[in-house]
Amino acid sequence: MATAGAAAATVIAPEKASAEALARVDFPQNRLANISDLAVNEPMDIAYPDADSPGVLLKLGQAVEGGVGPDGDVVAFSVLCPHKGWMLSYSAADKTLNCPGHHSRFDCETGGQQTWGHATQNLPQFMLSVDEKGDIYANGVDDLIYGRLSNVL
Amino acid sequence: MAFKRQVDRLPIIPADAKEHNVTCHYCIVGCGYKAYTWPIQTQGHSAPDGNKFGVDLSEQQPMETEAWYAPSMYNVVRQNGQDVHLVVMPDVNCVVNSGLGSIRGARMAENRPSRVTGTQQQRLSDPLVWRNGVWQPTSWDDALDLVARVTARVITEGSEDDLVVSMFDHGGSAGGYENTWATGKLYFESMKVKNARIHNRPAYNSEVHSTRDMGIGELNYSYSDYEVTDTIFMVGANSMETQTNLYLNHMVPGFRNGAKFIAVDPRRTITIASSEQYAGKDNVLHLAIKEGTDMALFNAILTHIVDNGWVDADFIANSTFQGGVATAEDEAHPASLGSLDHAMATCRTSLEQAAEICGVDAADIAKAAEWIAKPKDDGSARKCVTAYEKGIIWGNDNYRTIGALVNIALATGNVGREGSGICRLGGHQEGYYRPSDAHVGRPAEYVDQFLIRGLGGVHHIWACDHYKTTINASEFKRVHKRRSDMVKAAIDEAAGGTREQVVDAIVSAINAGGLFVVDVDIIHSQIGQNAHVVLPACESNEMNLTSMNGERRLRLSERYMDPYGNSKPDCLIAAGIAQNMERVLRAIGQDAYADQFKGYDWASEEDAFMDGYNKGNPEVTYERLRAMGNNGVQEPVVGFADGKLVGTERLYADGTFDRHGRDDKKALFCAAGWRGWQAPGKAREQASHRFWINNVRANIFWQNQFLDQKNDFIQDRYPHPFVEMHPDDMVELGLNPGDLLEIVNDNGVTQGMAYPMPTLKRDTVAMVFGAPAGSQGNVVNPGVNELVLPDYKHCWGSIRKIADATAQTRSISFKAHEAVL
Repeated sequence: MATAGAAAATVIAPEKASAEALARVDFPQNRLANISDLAVNEPMDIAYPDADSPGVLLKLGQAVEGGVGPDGDVVAFSVLCPHKGWMLSYSAADKTLNCPGHHSRFDCETGGQQTWGHATQNLPQFMLSVDEKGDIYANGVDDLIYGRLSNVL
Repeated sequence: MAFKRQVDRLPIIPADAKEHNVTCHYCIVGCGYKAYTWPIQTQGHSAPDGNKFGVDLSEQQPMETEAWYAPSMYNVVRQNGQDVHLVVMPDVNCVVNSGLGSIRGARMAENRPSRVTGTQQQRLSDPLVWRNGVWQPTSWDDALDLVARVTARVITEGSEDDLVVSMFDHGGSAGGYENTWATGKLYFESMKVKNARIHNRPAYNSEVHSTRDMGIGELNYSYSDYEVTDTIFMVGANSMETQTNLYLNHMVPGFRNGAKFIAVDPRRTITIASSEQYAGKDNVLHLAIKEGTDMALFNAILTHIVDNGWVDADFIANSTFQGGVATAEDEAHPASLGSLDHAMATCRTSLEQAAEICGVDAADIAKAAEWIAKPKDDGSARKCVTAYEKGIIWGNDNYRTIGALVNIALATGNVGREGSGICRLGGHQEGYYRPSDAHVGRPAEYVDQFLIRGLGGVHHIWACDHYKTTINASEFKRVHKRRSDMVKAAIDEAAGGTREQVVDAIVSAINAGGLFVVDVDIIHSQIGQNAHVVLPACESNEMNLTSMNGERRLRLSERYMDPYGNSKPDCLIAAGIAQNMERVLRAIGQDAYADQFKGYDWASEEDAFMDGYNKGNPEVTYERLRAMGNNGVQEPVVGFADGKLVGTERLYADGTFDRHGRDDKKALFCAAGWRGWQAPGKAREQASHRFWINNVRANIFWQNQFLDQKNDFIQDRYPHPFVEMHPDDMVELGLNPGDLLEIVNDNGVTQGMAYPMPTLKRDTVAMVFGAPAGSQGNVVNPGVNELVLPDYKHCWGSIRKIADATAQTRSISFKAHEAVL
């Protein structure tokens, strides 16, 4: 959807538009943890892109598409349900995030696909990278986080 | 890897954005939404004075906030010829949904056609005519002239019985009072077309004859009744998926107020699982009966209630018929109707008999009867809302089964009172206002078989796709294609001829067994591939549209965007056909016949509304409905006072019943005699195949996916129709999750994708109904009841693997659907 240009168009002078009408907002690069901090299938609470956007960092134990780290199994997601913003809880038994409000659920092994539920989007996933020291960084988000009309406030 | 929109911000709705009332045009519940539009070059800003919500949008908003919308709620559309921003989001002030959006309705904006964002480019923009071997876009005048010339020739050289019509009868996107009136006026007033059928079944008939014959209209309660009842008794329905916000916003509050839940369904549904969470397991009773045995269960529950004296004796004495038989069993009535005593003589069934037939414990049947009707410790009566849908409507022995269920509500006085009701849950919204259909007859013609037998010469189709939504679909498709191909070949051979020569060629082909097909739809559908003329319609909100929901709540859903391309409201297309019929008939000297097509000089959908619904309901106008907003008014409207329409919260509050038209206004009981499989061929098919092929719905799809088939979020989740199976059955058949399979029986073949579902019984599968990539109707036999109600639900087949999972199916989630909390 061509939303980015519209967001900036009214406030920016023409000569600056090409520089500032970004394709995507500028996401911060935040250190979340080190690989050594993670245990398989034990969720770690994180926040990204800021403290008001809670998320979860997971080492799934099995490589998944989009997973990072030496085993290709580290992923991170927003834990605000994109239906009505309830806080999701992690089920280690089947590696899903579940909503106590209206029972939507998201599969952490398929990029946050909504396995069943009411949300009209899959779960926003935090894009990760890992440096040579094993530090895990979040660099972006692939869909809109609940409760904010810009992922970076 | 799951589909992501890669949207990281959305334009902010400015404080002065235009606001429009919207009723979701998908399911029966009709959730209230607000549409906001504003000029493309502007937006609001995050300070409280700069946006519609008056809050600081530079901060994270809390859960359940009014001030957030998802990317699916945004689009860029045309309004009065200009591109505008559009947000369609749930209305927190609508009593139906209180700000909740479903996975269907909360995608309304994204499912609008937009040349800017590229959404729904499958929408038809211009009339198409089969010419030169392809569909050629053309003008309305050209297309309607051909429709009228061929139709007029066929019905004047033969009769109106040679015109077959398939048409929606519902509210919501394609229907509404405007469009049902216009089509009804054309086919039932200007003409008397007898060979008509409805969008989802092969005849023009009620889905719930028996409750009406018993005196009780099928939508008699208010949704608020769920909030104050003692027991919710749900049969053959899965409301968490298919009436989502009725469940979440009205049934769940009922559970929180202490209501118990009884579910009758062979399958453990999401509704049952969620109800255990909301009500507590001890307050949920799942009667997982053998498929098709509902009537025996209801009869046993009724017997147990009667024998224990848990009936409402005053209600029975004052409001129900007392003198034995009131209506005898005959060709039009598959059971006799009359007093409770009369019905009991037939219905009497012991707990043990029912347990044997239904395959559930007698103690559980007794428990259900207690939860429905056993007086409380203080002696006061329990209140019970009974709700049912396709599990029995499209089930075994429709007439008697629904009658047996209504018997329970009548015997316990659970209708017309707060916290009660005996209602179908519904699929689409309702919006039926048409001239009398009495000439159609009862039983009505089985129109699919009429076409299969080679009868009829012209087929007008309005927003129906029988390729996906009929029984015996394999045979229907073969014959419909063969007959319409004869006409296509005749048109091709007449290429270069004059209009008269082409019409002659078409009529010759029809006389040789061909079928001329006119398809009115918003997309070029599967059955539309057989059409010779395709007429583009628009949807709700591209026009103003009135409908009522499952508690008879009437709203005006306002136009906020232009019809796509040159498409038009169905009511104005019907008017165009009528005007062309008048002209063509006059030209061939049929003046008297031509005069029957006068009275369609409508400039807008509001004119059609005033010509139809308003004539029967003079208090109701667009202006007054607009003022009633998203809460509207519950039908019937009984007055206008203090600037407001006055409605009716629930029907039959005075204990009199009139849906059957009886002067005594007494409700009737149904002598529902159990007779096993009612429809021909079912018992033999069951004995011949391992798997029961249960057709089911899913919250993610709206009906036959006519828009969702081009929605990436939806198709990413289920790239093929799901066929849920017990994992052990999959192992036995060598199937892995995502493998493609086919289901085969004597009726035909269909295909889908294996999805493991541990909660299913062995040797049953749950296949999604109406999917474009695999029609479940292909394998359903032609069996119907005496009044031509289809038994879609009972179908058995063999399953074999077609192929390993594709790269696409391999990457989706195959986990169980129940939340783990």
